[in-house]
Amino acid sequence: MDNKTATIKKALQDRILILDGAMGTMLQRYNFSEEDFRSKRFKNFHKPLKGNNDLLSITQPKVIADVHATYFEAGADIVETNTFSSTSIAMADYELEDYVYELNFESANIARKVADSFTENEPLKPRFVAGAMGPTNKTASMSPDVNDPGFRAVSFDQLRLAYKKQAEALIDGGVDLLLVETIFDTLNAKAALFAIEEVKEARNIDIPIMVSGTITDASGRTLSGQTAEAFLISISHIPVLSVGFNCALGAKQLTPHLEVISQKTDAAISAHPNAGLPNAFGEYDESPEQMAEQIREYLDKKLINIIGGCCGTTPEHIKAIADVAKNYTPRLLNLSTLLV
Amino acid sequence: MIDLKRTITKNRVLKLSGLEPLVVTPESNFINVGERTNVAGSKKFLRLIKERKFEEALSVARHQVEGGAQIIDINMDDGLIDGKEAMVTYLNLVIAEPDIARVPIMIDSSKWEIIEAGLQVVQGKCIVNSISLKEGEAIFIQQATLIKRYGAAVIIMAFDEVGQADNYSRRCEIAQRSYVILTEQVNFPAEDIIFDLNIFPVATGMDEHRRNAIDFIEATRWVKQHLPYCSVSGGVSNVSFSFRGNNTVREAMHSVFLYHAINAGMNIGIVNPALLGVYDDIPKDLLQHVEDVILDRKNDATERLLDFADTVISTTKESTIDLSWRQEPLQDRITKALVKGIDQYIIEDVEEARLHNNETINVIEGNLMTGMNIVGDLFGNGKMFLPQVVKSARVMKKAVAYLEPFIEREKKEKREKNKEKEVLIADTVVSKILMATVKGDVHDIGKNIVSVVLACNNYEIIDLGVMVPPGKIIEEAKKHQVDIIGLSGLITPSLDEMVFLAKEMERQNFQVPLMIGGATTSKAHTAVKIDPQYSHAVVHVNDASRAVTIAGELLQKDKKVSYKSNLKNEYAIFRDQFVGRQRVKEYETIEAARKNKLEIDWSTSQIIKPNTLGVQIIDNFDIAILREYIDWSPFFRSWELHGKYPQILHDKIVGQQAKGLFEDADVLLEKIISEKLLQAKAVFGLFEANTINDDDIEITNRSSSIVANKSKGKTIFRTLRQQSKKAIGRPNIALADFVAPKETGLKDYMGCFCVSTGFGTKELAEKYENQNDDYNSIMVKALADRLAEAFAEYLHKQIRTKHWGYSADEKLSNVDLIKEHYKGIRPAPGYPACPDHLEKETIWELLNVKDNIGVELTSGLAMWPAASVSGYYFGNPEARYFGLGKIKMDQVKNFASRKNISEEKALKWLAPNIAD
Repeated sequence: MDNKTATIKKALQDRILILDGAMGTMLQRYNFSEEDFRSKRFKNFHKPLKGNNDLLSITQPKVIADVHATYFEAGADIVETNTFSSTSIAMADYELEDYVYELNFESANIARKVADSFTENEPLKPRFVAGAMGPTNKTASMSPDVNDPGFRAVSFDQLRLAYKKQAEALIDGGVDLLLVETIFDTLNAKAALFAIEEVKEARNIDIPIMVSGTITDASGRTLSGQTAEAFLISISHIPVLSVGFNCALGAKQLTPHLEVISQKTDAAISAHPNAGLPNAFGEYDESPEQMAEQIREYLDKKLINIIGGCCGTTPEHIKAIADVAKNYTPRLLNLSTLLV
Repeated sequence: MIDLKRTITKNRVLKLSGLEPLVVTPESNFINVGERTNVAGSKKFLRLIKERKFEEALSVARHQVEGGAQIIDINMDDGLIDGKEAMVTYLNLVIAEPDIARVPIMIDSSKWEIIEAGLQVVQGKCIVNSISLKEGEAIFIQQATLIKRYGAAVIIMAFDEVGQADNYSRRCEIAQRSYVILTEQVNFPAEDIIFDLNIFPVATGMDEHRRNAIDFIEATRWVKQHLPYCSVSGGVSNVSFSFRGNNTVREAMHSVFLYHAINAGMNIGIVNPALLGVYDDIPKDLLQHVEDVILDRKNDATERLLDFADTVISTTKESTIDLSWRQEPLQDRITKALVKGIDQYIIEDVEEARLHNNETINVIEGNLMTGMNIVGDLFGNGKMFLPQVVKSARVMKKAVAYLEPFIEREKKEKREKNKEKEVLIADTVVSKILMATVKGDVHDIGKNIVSVVLACNNYEIIDLGVMVPPGKIIEEAKKHQVDIIGLSGLITPSLDEMVFLAKEMERQNFQVPLMIGGATTSKAHTAVKIDPQYSHAVVHVNDASRAVTIAGELLQKDKKVSYKSNLKNEYAIFRDQFVGRQRVKEYETIEAARKNKLEIDWSTSQIIKPNTLGVQIIDNFDIAILREYIDWSPFFRSWELHGKYPQILHDKIVGQQAKGLFEDADVLLEKIISEKLLQAKAVFGLFEANTINDDDIEITNRSSSIVANKSKGKTIFRTLRQQSKKAIGRPNIALADFVAPKETGLKDYMGCFCVSTGFGTKELAEKYENQNDDYNSIMVKALADRLAEAFAEYLHKQIRTKHWGYSADEKLSNVDLIKEHYKGIRPAPGYPACPDHLEKETIWELLNVKDNIGVELTSGLAMWPAASVSGYYFGNPEARYFGLGKIKMDQVKNFASRKNISEEKALKWLAPNIAD
């Protein structure tokens, strides 16, 4: 176990760790134009690039660093790299597959530098970087064509290779953890976990993994149809630092699902819900105070070790959550899991 | 002993997942793996895969899951199939079916590339079946490492470089070696290891096979004791391989083997549930012989079992479920399923029939109708009885429901093919019969039975349900171009509805024959009142078995005209005779009848004041209490089994049927009681009462409780008096005679009530209907009716002994109750003593029935829910049940003016009782 991993595990025993909030919500505030997205580097690129937030790590690195810094200031212990869509599969829409290594490496590097400067100023509160690995925009166990249920738009091996490249670049860029998140199809996540295991084996390293699924609606299932417990069982073959849920639902709606997995795993439990459910205009309007109040329920029930925010959350939300969480002790962890 | 790494991690149990979790704990019951989706084990599945009928092959998986398989084993190992491609294609389709994909999958292949391809398309945690040390440690470790990385559990075969383990020590040795490599070198979770310790046949006649079963069992015990957290599995049917063809013995062998293997720790297995008996049900002598073989207890055990096996078939047939008919030819199996009402295998069988037929419709018209014709013949010859026929119908419906999508698809394909030629494909011509319970009436048990029986005989039934207004019947009859209209009703006002409908059909120039049925209908009423209104065929059908014959005659091409004219003649003659007979009767005027009233000597008659006056409600009454109050004889009557309970259970002709029906009723009743599927409620009241003006009873309600407040003050019940001329000394009775007249100055009392056990009936019956289970749907309604009567009986007893308390010390058995050996009566409006339904409205007002317990009156004054009873309580020792008989117009007019309603309205409601 290297030093960094030991520090994270120690911190998890001591307190509830705070994860950052939404990157996208923050970037919207800058109102970037097509030119901003392109910057000099991609001035003459043959496809429109506006909306490709991950690309801003290359074209507007200062802004990305600022967002990370704001979250750390608000009280976050961990920030996620700006790499949610930085796989060759998700970047194919922009025809930016060739830039995947650079996107991940640069994003990791930016977050790393910000985290290190905060740790330097405040050595008793070390800050960490989680390499965000999103679900991609294709699913391995569902058909996009209702008339052909046996069809698959992506294979396990395609996903495995894409995730492998992403994981390698994130590790090279200096992340402390890997976060496989917003899992709507467990098979995609299994490909990511398979790839990470391959990288770990090839490099003979250990790196903590966080896994976070998405319960898409009130039925309490993932998009690919699994219940929370079935999801947990399906990813439990890999020793993970934490397992939890993010996105799709607000904090309140997530509670029963966290309760289910909290009882059934020795791993730490994480949650980064949205700022409530979207309103009629698709906006998330739960205020920081409201969200913190909802999260108090997790804390009262001792369900949580890592808590943060997803869509619609801002540094104000994270500050409100951190302020509440600091008065609570974390969910009790089984020592053996932390020693693995 | 090996050194085992034990960690303190909790939950070291086998956890699997499909869309839903499957956690196998030491306390879990035996996990049964479905094995039909295996090309090596199922010829049908192999053929479907070879022909690339993957969609159909899905139904095999679905059937397994519906049948209770907790895991499905999928195997595509066949020389003529591209196994890898077939595995991926099939799994992708399975994953898209949530009702199948909810269970975990066992990926079964001897080829690693097929296993790996399967692991790459399943999101849940699977079981790999299987790997072993057969090709050495290096490959074993490599495969196990990958399986772990893909996140699956694994079956390890007891097989190594030397060969397959075939004795106790080799099984233990290979299991231990595999376990140590997996847990120590691969770091494979011990709880994800499942050993297949090789189940081989016994009783083969070869000495070296004698210990095959016991060695497996003992090795299982050793493995479970020494290799923590692992599971043990196996394919069970292998053990009885030498008794192929003798299913009785095979079932017993499987049960005995499993009994001992499970005790030893086997917790997962592949067993064909059709070939599995209950250990405790195995006859002692057979058990002894089988255990001798399985446990290798005697040197000559095999010979003894072989000898015994020849005798066992005939002797055990009675005691165990005999599944030997499953080996018979397809048509025999289908016929048997229909005749016996067994729905367990029908889908499997019609699927087989479907694959043999060019067009699916042929399965219905050929295979299924062959069976149903036999059912029809047996029923017609009195060799089968109604409950059995309804069960047959359930099987038929299930089969047809399964086939319908195929038929639709074929029709569509045909239409598309023929589009250019503009050829219309005519649907098969099936006669249509419209069935309806008429407006104002809610009773449908009889109608449903007739519908089911007709449907069994290949008629298409358009069932409009209950309370169907005449306009709707006419409209639907036109829309569907029906061939017969069947009307049903139980309460007397329904008779007029039928007359009205006949008039309406005449007016609109209908020619469709009209069938009349229901408890209140009669040949007399049909002949006298309905038939003259309609110039086409009208026929009264008094039971379900007759309905088939009559419908057949009405629709038969060559004979129907003569049949109809004969019918018309028959009814005309009957009418004349009936009317002729009627005229002979003599009647008194109402004044004369009143003078001949029943005179109770009020100076000596005992009047007891009720313990509690006013209105009371019983909510959420425990139905279990009603069980012993049920009068079962009418229940059997509703199924057209005639005879008195309990003697009917031993009746020579219908006894067996009655018993079966009674058992089914008992099961459902138990379910209704334990799951609280029906709710029982009651409202009743006891009041001060006196007769005024001979025939009216004046009620005084002094109660000021909220439940009765509405009716506080005076309420008047109008009673009707017998008018037929009586022999000297016999009175013309009215209910009013049982209550002290006001002029006596005595304070007398009476009561009234409404009970219902019908809340929940509709929902439950619909649930069964949606499952194509008319048998239980009808059963629910028949039981609810019985429970309502039982509740009325129970409540009457409570009234006599407690609330009114005039026979506080009464001790009567249920038989005495049914025979009405008690003091006081509880006549119900609509029944012989008081046939006018109108007085129900008075009871509803007085007891505020609708608000208090929710029972409503329909436009025809039927109660809804149907399983309800309402009536009066009279407590005088001289009160007795009687029939009003016919009354004359003078009483009708008088009744109308007393009640302050129009003569027309009185005529309408009293019509069935008016002499003319």
